[in-house]
Amino acid sequence: MVGFVPTIHVFLSNAQVVDARHRAEHDAAEHWTRTMLEIRNLVVKIADEDKQILNGLNLTVNDGEVAAIMGPNGSGKSTLSYVIAGKEDYEVLDGEILLNGENVLEMEADQRAAAGIFLAFQYPLEIPGVATMTFLKAAMNAQRKARGEDELLTPDFIKAVNSAADKLGIAKDMLRRPLNVGFSGGEKKRMEILQMALLSPSMCILDETDSGLDIDALRIVAEGVNALRAKNRSFLVITHYQRLLDHIVPDTVHVMSNGRIVKTGGKELALELEKSGYASYGEAA
Amino acid sequence: MAAVQETIDQVKSIDVTEYKYGFVTELEVEKPAKGLTEDTVRYISARKNEPEWMLEWRLDAFRRWKTMTEPTWSRVNYPPIDYQDLYYYAAPKKGASPKSLDEVDPAIVATYEKLGIPLREQEILAGVAPENRVAVDAVFDSVSVVTTFKEELAKAGVIFCSISEAIQEHPELVKKYLATVVPVTDNYFATLNSAVFTDGSFVYVPKGVRCPMELSTYFRINEQNTGQFERTLIIADEGAYVSYLEGCTAPKRDENQLHAAVVELIALDDAEIKYSTVQNWFPGDAEGKGGIYNFVTKRGDCRGKNSKISWTQVETGSAITWKYPSCILRGDGSRGEFYSIAVSNGMQQVDSGTKMLHLGKNTTSKIIAKGIAAGKSDSTYRGMVSAHRKATGARNFTNCDSLLIGDQCGAHTIPYIEAKTATAIFEHEATTSKIGEDQLFYCLQRGLSEEEAVALIVNGFVKEVLQQLPMEFAVEAQKLITISLEGSVG
Repeated sequence: MVGFVPTIHVFLSNAQVVDARHRAEHDAAEHWTRTMLEIRNLVVKIADEDKQILNGLNLTVNDGEVAAIMGPNGSGKSTLSYVIAGKEDYEVLDGEILLNGENVLEMEADQRAAAGIFLAFQYPLEIPGVATMTFLKAAMNAQRKARGEDELLTPDFIKAVNSAADKLGIAKDMLRRPLNVGFSGGEKKRMEILQMALLSPSMCILDETDSGLDIDALRIVAEGVNALRAKNRSFLVITHYQRLLDHIVPDTVHVMSNGRIVKTGGKELALELEKSGYASYGEAA
Repeated sequence: MAAVQETIDQVKSIDVTEYKYGFVTELEVEKPAKGLTEDTVRYISARKNEPEWMLEWRLDAFRRWKTMTEPTWSRVNYPPIDYQDLYYYAAPKKGASPKSLDEVDPAIVATYEKLGIPLREQEILAGVAPENRVAVDAVFDSVSVVTTFKEELAKAGVIFCSISEAIQEHPELVKKYLATVVPVTDNYFATLNSAVFTDGSFVYVPKGVRCPMELSTYFRINEQNTGQFERTLIIADEGAYVSYLEGCTAPKRDENQLHAAVVELIALDDAEIKYSTVQNWFPGDAEGKGGIYNFVTKRGDCRGKNSKISWTQVETGSAITWKYPSCILRGDGSRGEFYSIAVSNGMQQVDSGTKMLHLGKNTTSKIIAKGIAAGKSDSTYRGMVSAHRKATGARNFTNCDSLLIGDQCGAHTIPYIEAKTATAIFEHEATTSKIGEDQLFYCLQRGLSEEEAVALIVNGFVKEVLQQLPMEFAVEAQKLITISLEGSVG
């Protein structure tokens, strides 16, 4: 999997773009400890319901860090990913989410995307009647427009898509079909990673990306993600099982329970959880 | 949910903000007393200076209409129409039966300008290449106010005028073809139209002539409580070709207005007629108040061998649409096509589709119908494909797709298929898809705005039909669809 990041980089420089989100990269004084995402005391409930899902969650993800969030079903993992991405079904009662120091909660979902947040969905949606290629181009151009950049030139776009698709084993005819319509579970997940590669986000959230994948598909997807690892790009990998973390090795592992981060450790924490289960982080946590 | 509430609010505001043709032109108008009697029919006929045979034809239709009842089989709901509470004729007083544009009330000319339809030939000529010229017949309430490029068309032998004028000037053609496709008693609204029709267009393209420019009619209903009864008759003689487009708008009014039209197309041997409609009648407000009742009978007769008729329609307006442009495939080897985009939003109701009646040998037909329902609207595709036992080798391909936006609208597909010959091959495909909040969130997460996301999905959905429209109208139609769906999702 060499060349994934360089290709994207070349493609961006071809298009004469200096990505606003990556300006920090050019600072000579760049340090590992710069914060990408900071969540403070986040309290969230489902809109129109009394059910509170996140209960004062704190989380920090540094530049270039791959952080895993593990936890039992119903601990609020998916809710966290939706709230960061800006889904409207939730109401934030307290706390804040900062991306590169900017208040994310004040932005619409599309503005958050343009600011660099990418969510790989657990269940990617089907977009009928819109060829995958058309969708990709519209999305890339919409983000560029939001950042005040010029539209992509078609040849540059096609080159970038073909190159990224090849690496993920996505057939050309799939790119002509309506996005995700009739795609298998594995194809949909690969398509998510393709979009992640093309949109070049700074904060990638993977929501249960391993669910429904067989071991070969899991490997392809994980390799796609690993190729995108960079010092100016962070990952939040949400998963229930350890096995994804064999392929995408995290820097940190957070255990989530009852809408809060209850334990933080290194990658060995995931292995511990695999043995002992989540029972000790249950209701009492 | 916040998004849903926003949707509701936006849909509510649609008629106010988006229907830009909703203005009223203040004019002095001549009209008879409200209501419909034999006297009304006589009044209309007299105003049009019609010959005796025409009056008799109308009166006959009126007597038959009185014995008929309004059909109730369509999937639309509306309070009973009081036919005695309508005006059946309204004409601007100033410059009645104008000889030239100079005699037309400037307020009317200004109205069309505001609608983007220039009526002065020199204005049309300026900056438009000859091949892109469009001749316009402008029908304002019950009268045709002007028809452009008549002389230039006459040089090619093409007759393009109002039906009122055709009755005076070309009675032999009118007598020969009128009501030969839609019989007087075809249905309740067609019979009513036959009794009280006011104006519409007449086109005759002689043998072997390819009409040198696009023809179009622009219908405008202005007067309050007034029905518009359009009558259009288009004949393409052997080997002739004509492309015709109609556009429609009306002011915003609280009460419903009735547009009951009859359009007949006749294609003789090897002739081709392409008929396009961009229908943008006032759709009513979010509560379903006001708007046009569009009860229309449109039918084409492929009378000659290898003749071809194609209907293309983009329907975004009207409170209620009840319309089934059809083709009678009589001539051997003839072909019928129907391409339709029906967009409904707010409280609009659409029951529309087509009929392809295969009578001749080796006749072919194609139906592509795209329905987009948003808001609280309800859209039904109703179609019929039939093959007579002599229609050996008949072929039809039908594709009906529905797209639902939001979760308060409905889409229905009711196809009737009837083959009386074993050699007929009929294919029918149908799909229903939905743009829901989750899909929109997915698009937004990728950086698309809500409008961009809906436009992207809708454009992909209607592309195939838009390609059938003449270029300059396709662009307009695309804009119209986007406007009609603005604020349709949360």
